[in-house]
This record gives sequence, C-alpha cells and structure tokens, in this order.
Amino acid sequence: MTADPLVQLIGVSKTFGEAAAIHEVDLLVERGKTTAIIGPSGCGKSTLLRLIIGLLEPDAGEIIFDGKPLQTDKVESIRRRIGYVIQEGGLFPHLAARGNVLLMARHLGRSEKETLSRLSELCTLARFPENLLDRYPLELSGGQRQRVSLMRALMLSPELLLLDEPLGALDPLVRAALQKDLKEIFGRLEQTALLVTHDLAEAAYLGDVIVLMHEGRIVQRGSLKQLQQNPASNFVSEFINAQRGLVIG
Amino acid sequence: MKCQTPRLVGDLDWLNQSTLDKLHPPIFRFLSLFLIMFSWFPGFLIQSSVLAKEPVVIGSKKFTESYVLGEIAKRQLSDAGISVEHRQGMGGTIILWEALRNGQIDAYPEYTGTIIQEILKRNEPGRADFVENELGKVGIGMTKPLGFNNTYALVMRRDRANALGIRTISDIRKRPDLKFGLTHEFLDRQDGWRPLATAYQLNSRDVIGIDHALGYEALRNGQIDVKDAYSTDAKIAQFDLVVLEDDQEFFPRYDAVFLYRLALNDKTVALLRALEGKIDDSTMTRLNAEAERTKNYTQAANLFFTSTAAPDVSGNSTGLTSQVSRSGLGESFAHKLTRWIVRHLELAGFSLLLSIVIGIPLGIWASRGGGIGHLILGFAGIVQTIPSLALLALLVPLPFFGISVRTAIAALFLYGLLPIVRNTATGLQDIPRTLREAAIALGLSPRARLWQIYLPMASRSILAGIKTSAVISVGTATLAALIGAGGLGEPILSGLNLNDHATILQGAIPAAILALMVQTFFDLLDRVLIPKGLRL
Repeated sequence: MTADPLVQLIGVSKTFGEAAAIHEVDLLVERGKTTAIIGPSGCGKSTLLRLIIGLLEPDAGEIIFDGKPLQTDKVESIRRRIGYVIQEGGLFPHLAARGNVLLMARHLGRSEKETLSRLSELCTLARFPENLLDRYPLELSGGQRQRVSLMRALMLSPELLLLDEPLGALDPLVRAALQKDLKEIFGRLEQTALLVTHDLAEAAYLGDVIVLMHEGRIVQRGSLKQLQQNPASNFVSEFINAQRGLVIG
Repeated sequence: MKCQTPRLVGDLDWLNQSTLDKLHPPIFRFLSLFLIMFSWFPGFLIQSSVLAKEPVVIGSKKFTESYVLGEIAKRQLSDAGISVEHRQGMGGTIILWEALRNGQIDAYPEYTGTIIQEILKRNEPGRADFVENELGKVGIGMTKPLGFNNTYALVMRRDRANALGIRTISDIRKRPDLKFGLTHEFLDRQDGWRPLATAYQLNSRDVIGIDHALGYEALRNGQIDVKDAYSTDAKIAQFDLVVLEDDQEFFPRYDAVFLYRLALNDKTVALLRALEGKIDDSTMTRLNAEAERTKNYTQAANLFFTSTAAPDVSGNSTGLTSQVSRSGLGESFAHKLTRWIVRHLELAGFSLLLSIVIGIPLGIWASRGGGIGHLILGFAGIVQTIPSLALLALLVPLPFFGISVRTAIAALFLYGLLPIVRNTATGLQDIPRTLREAAIALGLSPRARLWQIYLPMASRSILAGIKTSAVISVGTATLAALIGAGGLGEPILSGLNLNDHATILQGAIPAAILALMVQTFFDLLDRVLIPKGLRL
C-alpha cells in the first residue's frame, strides 16, 4: 500500500430506503494500479463507483480524492478528472462515435487540433478503426461501442478510470479480446483504475488488487492467491470455489 | 426514474445555470427557423388591433338579416368613397355590443327591443329619447328606425286564416281547436308564449315545441295551424303566410336601427342616418329571401340599392351602375380563398409558435416531476377539456382580449399547449437513467446536458407533440371566425347560417387540405431535425 492513494473512502455508508447498500466501507485506490471490486449482484459494488463520481452522496463517511474531500458543489470539476465506462457503453445515440468521444473536449473549448490528434491517438490505443468514427452507436457492434466508450472516458487523460461491468454484455470472444486490450492500455498509461465485475477470472486478469464485497461490506482485499489461500470468511471460499473452474493461473 | 432510486445529484437544476454554449441542437435550429418565419407577426397583430381603425368597421350578428343590413351599410359608405370593412357574423348581442363599446367595430345593426331588454336591461318599453340618452352616456349613438319592425309574430297559412276568418291574434280565441307549433325559445321567453296566452286569454291550447325551420314545414303541411316567427322571415312570403295583427300590442317593438360610436365622423353618421325609414317590412322580407335564395348577402344588399331610390346623400346616382357591378361581384373567389387561407395560417402559425416557445420550457419543467410537474400537466390537460367554443366565450370578456385576433390566437395557443408540454416531459423522462448518469458523470454542466444531450434525445417526441399541436391549431382555427377573426371558418360559418353546403365546403375542404399539408410538412421536418443517430 502506498502512502498517498488517489481515492480513499473512510467509513462510507449509503442507504436506499429500508435497505442499506453500503456499510461503513473503507477503501484505498492506489495510483497507477488497477483495483478490481468483485462480489455477487447487489453487493453494492456499483454503488461505490457512483459515490466516487458524485452520482450519489454518502449518508455517512468521507470520500477523499487526491487528498481533498469530495464536495458536492465542486463535484463537476472532479468528474472531469475521472473517466467512467458503464455496461453497454452509455453512448449518446444522437451523436456519432466521434461526437461522443469529443463531447467534453468541445464543451471545455479545447483546440480542435489538439483534440483531433488526441482522437487519433486514442483510436490506435483502443484499436478502433478511424473510418468508423462517423458511425452512430446503433451502427456499431457491442465491442466497438465499448471501445468508443473507453475512448470517451480517456479523452481528457483522466487521473482515475472507473469501469462498471464494462464487458458484462459482450460475447466471450469479444470479451477476451477487450480484456487483453484493456490490460495493455492500463499498463501503457500507468492508469489508476477501479473496475467493477462479477467475474473472478476478469478481476484476477486485470486487477492488481482484488476487493471482495458482500452485502454492502468489504470482506477481503488482496491478490487472488491471498484470497484463495487465506480466505477471511466462509463466504470468500464459497465465492472463489464457485468460480474455480474459470480461474486459470 | 423509479421511486426507489435516489435523485441524482446535480441533475435537477438545468434551468438555473447559465453556460449555454456553442452547439446548436436541432430543436434550437428549428425554433430559430420558426422565429424567422413568423417574425413579421407582431406587425400583423398591431395591424389588426390598431391600424385597422383606419377603415370604418361594420359588424353584424350571426343571422341572415344582420348580414344583409351590414352589407347595406357597407355599400352605403363605400359608394360615398369611405373605406369600409364588414366583419360578418361576429356572434350575438353581447359580443357585438362589447366590440362596439371597445371601438373594435364602429357600427352594427341592432333592434330597439333588444337594446332596451338586453343592453339597457329594462323591462318596460323606454321612450326613444331615454334610450338615446342612456346609450350616449357610453359613447354610443343610435339612428332612427330603418323602417321595419322585426318582432315576434304569430303566423298562419293565408288560405287557412281566410277560411277561418282570423286576422288578429284576438281572433284566435274564437277557434279553440287550432294547433300551435312554437319554438322552444318562444315557449320560454319573457315576452313569449305564456304571457302572450295570458294577455290574449288563450287558455288550454294544443301546443307543441318544434324547431323553427321544421315548424314552417309543419305549417305548410297543415300539421299545425299557428306558429311563431320573426315578422321579416323570408319564409313568410315564400310560403304565402299571414302575420296575425298584434291588436293588443303585446310584442315589444323590434325596430331595426344602427348603433354607432359617437366618435365616428359626421359624414359617416349622416350616411347611416340616410338609411332611416328606407327599409320597410316587405323590403326587408324580400332582401332576406334574396339572400337565402342566392346565398349572397352582397347581392341581396345591392337589390336594395337598385330597387329603391338609393338614399345617396351626395345625390350622385349616375355612377351607380358601374358601382353595382363592381361591388355586386365582390371579390373573386380566388382572392377570397387566399385571404382566408393566409389569415388561417397566420392564426394557426402564430399560436403554434407561442405554444412551442412556452410549451417546451413548461414541458422541461414538468419533466422533473413533483408537485409543479403535476400542476403544469394538469392545467394543460384541463384547458384541453374545455370545449373550444366555451374557451372563446371565456376569453372574450377579459380586458385585453375581446373580439379580436388576439383572443383567437390565445385560445389556439392554449389548445396547442398540452401536446407539446406532455410530449416534451415524456420525451425527457423516457431518456434511460444510464444515459442521464453518463452525461452527468462526464462533467457536462446542467445546461449543456439539457441542450446537447437531453433535448436532442427527446427531439422525436417533442416534434411529434409539435406536429399534433399544429394539426389541432389548423383545425381549431376555423372557430376563430366566430369572433370575427377570419380564416377558413368564415365560409363555414356563413354556410352553416345559410344552410348552404357549397359554401361550407369552400372553407372545410381547404381546411382539411391544409391540415394534411401541415402533417406532411412536419413529417419532412422530422428528417431534418431528428438527429440521424435516432432515426436508424
């Protein structure tokens, strides 16, 4: 663990109506590393991401971003330092791939020259053919959409990349190709990333650190090996055993 | 968003921040296009309310005789070189009276009985100088009677009356077996059947209520013997009926006069006064019959000028023939049709513009849900359920509105509001939560989210609302003619009044075609304005 994490959650809780989604969660997101949050559906892992990007406000606790507490009124400028990729991409259907990727750069009035060279760079990085940039989301395949979504998230060179089940809706072959590309991109950019997935193999492949959640709490944090050899509870063993067949290496 | 989900931080303050910037979504382009198209409208509004004071404006009520008298006044003034406009069939007494008092019209034909009972609200017959005095207090003058008394009367078939020896209403007492067919209004009126029966001691009579037009048929077939009528009804001559003499002078006099604004210039007043005593009962009956036969009020009015010594104050009768032919022909059909259509489009277009400019922001507001959202949608919904006629009637007495194009536009605007408000709200609410969140998470400002993401994504729904509203406007604009605002309702209304299907169709067919064209126009507009990505 480094002394200076990019994001730190201290005792964060969030309640929806009767049911509590997050209970007093403490979490560190280390710089330059990929933290993979894993757990069964409804364990609160997506809620964590939405709290960090300010889509939700915590009921209790504190979120520190780059050494400063997250404040509701300044959240917009923080959001611009974070890239956010969701399942199915979240691309705006009325904008072509190019329009989606360039949306924020244009909004912030970045120079056209600068943005276009960045766009070309991102196409190479995300292996997205430049000749498809004028296509609309509905004219792209699921994998292509996720690549565009990733490019949009990376456009402003964010300090933090949040990925919420980014590959959840893709078929296995496309998924495997994208996993490989993501790993390469994270490595090349030394990207700080927080990935939410329910797939242990994906978490193990992409994550430097795995955080296992259950019913709104973090039950264990460590490498896959630590989780396998030193499970913190029965749930950890059960969760890992249930997916064992899938874990290679 | 479902109730369980918490509200998104920062998503609900679209309208409060001001960082509107460069991108122009289609809706925005559409609005500017529309604004340019109709930017000349304010001029047109001013024109109808202020500049239109230039010509003398004659009004008339919604029945044949009033139309004909209006045309006579128009001809009388225009023959003397005065610029004059006749706003036909504007409605009933109260509408005409208010329009006269507010200066929206300068003169209109009225009846003394109506002036006393409905305008001055007196029960007893007033003396002429008293009536003039009362009217003078509100700046209105009255001509002397034009020469005919269009009162209620009882009529019988001439052969039957002769055979029974009935000449006066008192004579009816001799024949208790006569069958009466009376209009429902006459049965209910203060000066109608019951007091009449009391005054003439016509007890225990065989009376049925029957529609006015059907009553004439029944009289002709001998199913009834006596019916009520207006003493100048064209049918009296047509069916060879006799008016029974009101020997006890029960019916108040309904002498036709012109009411005019005292502010009117002397020459115009002198010309109207020159008509005093010039139109007797039989002349008026004949002119009414002519109007109903030819379906042409101008022609009926011209008959008055050709068949009588025209009350031409200038004494210039040599130029009459050429003028007869000119005003007899009136304006060409093509010219009339163009005038109707242009006015119709002005009414529908301007009200639609208002509905868009006000409806979209209201829809955005309503899309946030909550109490205000329900209030806005509820209000727009309630307005929609008010019958259009009632809405017009509600607006007319309000200070700013009255009998004017403004009122018609206001009513059409209110009607057009709901589809736009509702579709805007629905379109925005239907945007998937994930995309809303994506827009927020990117760090777009609330205003940029609205203009660059939400409105374009809702554009299909918003445009559908505008389309519905446009078609409603074009259809409903026909009602504007009821308050003299013109448009294609004009021929429909006079056709209804004359029971003349050809005239009705002159308005109805172009109105239907217009609605179809508007629909097609907006279908084409969809292709330009809905972003391509949403049309795949």
